[in-house]
Amino acid sequence: MRSMRILLTASATALLAAGCASTKLEEKPAPVVEQSKPPAPAPAPAPPAPVAKVEAPAPPPVDPLNDPGGALAKRSVYFDFDKSLIKVEYQPLIEAHGRYLVEHAARQVRIEGSCDERGGREYNLALGQRRADAVRERMELVGVTAARIETISLGKEKPKATGHDEAAWAENRRADLVYR
Amino acid sequence: MNRPKAGPCHPYNPRAMPKTCARRSRCSLILLLGLAAALASRTTPAQMTVEITGVGSQQYPIAVAAFKADSAVPQDVSAIVRADLTRSGQFRMVEPGDAPVAEDERVDLPQWRARGADTLAVGSVSHLADGRFDIRYRLYDSVRNTQIDGISYTAPPAELRLTAHRIADRIYEKLTGDKGVFATRIAYVVQFSRTAYELQIADADGANPQTALRSREPIISPIWSPDGTQLAYVSFESHKPVVFVHALATGARTAVANFKGSNSAPAFSPDGKSLAVVLTKDGNSEIYLIGVDGSNPRRMTSNDAIDTEPYFSADGAWIYFTSDRGGSPQIYRMPAAGGDAQRITFNGDYNISPRVSPDGRLLAYVSRRNDLFQIEVLDIALNQELTVTDTVRDESPTFAPNGRLLLYATEVGGRGILALASTDGRARARIKGPNGDIREPCWGPLVK
Repeated sequence: MRSMRILLTASATALLAAGCASTKLEEKPAPVVEQSKPPAPAPAPAPPAPVAKVEAPAPPPVDPLNDPGGALAKRSVYFDFDKSLIKVEYQPLIEAHGRYLVEHAARQVRIEGSCDERGGREYNLALGQRRADAVRERMELVGVTAARIETISLGKEKPKATGHDEAAWAENRRADLVYR
Repeated sequence: MNRPKAGPCHPYNPRAMPKTCARRSRCSLILLLGLAAALASRTTPAQMTVEITGVGSQQYPIAVAAFKADSAVPQDVSAIVRADLTRSGQFRMVEPGDAPVAEDERVDLPQWRARGADTLAVGSVSHLADGRFDIRYRLYDSVRNTQIDGISYTAPPAELRLTAHRIADRIYEKLTGDKGVFATRIAYVVQFSRTAYELQIADADGANPQTALRSREPIISPIWSPDGTQLAYVSFESHKPVVFVHALATGARTAVANFKGSNSAPAFSPDGKSLAVVLTKDGNSEIYLIGVDGSNPRRMTSNDAIDTEPYFSADGAWIYFTSDRGGSPQIYRMPAAGGDAQRITFNGDYNISPRVSPDGRLLAYVSRRNDLFQIEVLDIALNQELTVTDTVRDESPTFAPNGRLLLYATEVGGRGILALASTDGRARARIKGPNGDIREPCWGPLVK
């Protein structure tokens, strides 16, 4: 009932607004409360008219990539310190993205590896690359061709978490999937 | 920008000014003017400060008297000379007193020796009619009671500081026998925020910083071309690592390695004709040689391990690099012409960022031990290793062109700074900027 009332208020306001441009209407509050009362009992119905059946067009297919609650909404794979091994818990995520890519041939993906702040910049760049490559290899197992994947590294240059503790480091030991 | 010429001149003879000298100095002058022109539109970053934290085991006692000025001079030449010599850790400054001593003044050498100054530098700075300065200096050995050097320079006001560095270079070479490096320049990166990075070039003492490149994205691994006219570096401006070569005089820049995947870790060959780079276009991180224009990539490593951070020995014979082919990151070297690699480092399980000294004798690198990152110097032939820093978050060592000092990046008090350490680990200094995190230093070549 509450939503009904809001709706009616909105349409009345819209009517008023539309009226302003041309004919001046008598200015009094829209009869919102009265209209929201339960309708009076209707007269006896007339016999039904014949019904024409219409097929509504199907809604355009939803790209599962854009479903915020879908399996593809998660696009980060996390790693242990100094490791590029894909943990078991991230395999379904990578495989879901792999299947999506197989089914959507026009899509390309860039996998961006990152590292925590400890250690040299160039060596971390190579470690981040190894993480991105590990994700790519898992995707190739699902059937994605290498040509559609670019793996790059951001090393320790673009930390998502800026702290200097284990929580921040763990957040930054990552590979992100970036669709293009 | 039509400035009068300047530069090193003749051994001391104030009246003669040979034409050959004027001509010889023109090339380096054009380079300097070009650089100044390229950078003139930028705002000048604020100056850095140097703090000495250790001195050498053997120090030459020297007094550098205040240079006599005929009127106000924009730079304190003798103070710059003193600061240069002090920073090297190889000189002990004997208090010269406040009184200036002119270059042509008679000096009482036994009296200076009695004050502990085995060597005495004196000088004069005078205005010329055309706006330039005439800078003259003499160096005396008070033990042998004789003059051992003397020279005059002519320089516009903007090059007084460079002239002071050149005088310090002469004193350094006269007394130590090694080339001075005070007139050289350094390149480094400053990060001001998450979206503000600058590639800067400064005098070797951190003074006179100028911005060569400003970017919203990270810049890493700058390295000088052997002739000092170009820098190669890795820029993330296209949201991935790409190797650029950047001409300092014109600002012209070329993406020389922009292959699929990551492109990083450039190093010039000693002849300046090619670059070693790390590419991932064919799989994991591998070392390639390419032309300085990016042409003709030739693969130098081929395995499942990380191979990165290539660096040429000065004779061009070797490429030193980091690899984890043995299970942990260690330093290896391979013939630059191609061939089997040999492992160089064996202590610890994390040795990265190799830089070989100009004479090929020493290898500097970052080593992680007990979670501390410090710079080690290895005598390659003797296999003797020495920790040369007292800081613990060290990165990116780079040799001075005379091989006596290392410049590196570290973190002190949560800020990125540059620091100096002598290769014997005795002399140390820290260079701090007014703001931002400073990192990724590379020491430029000797100025011709």
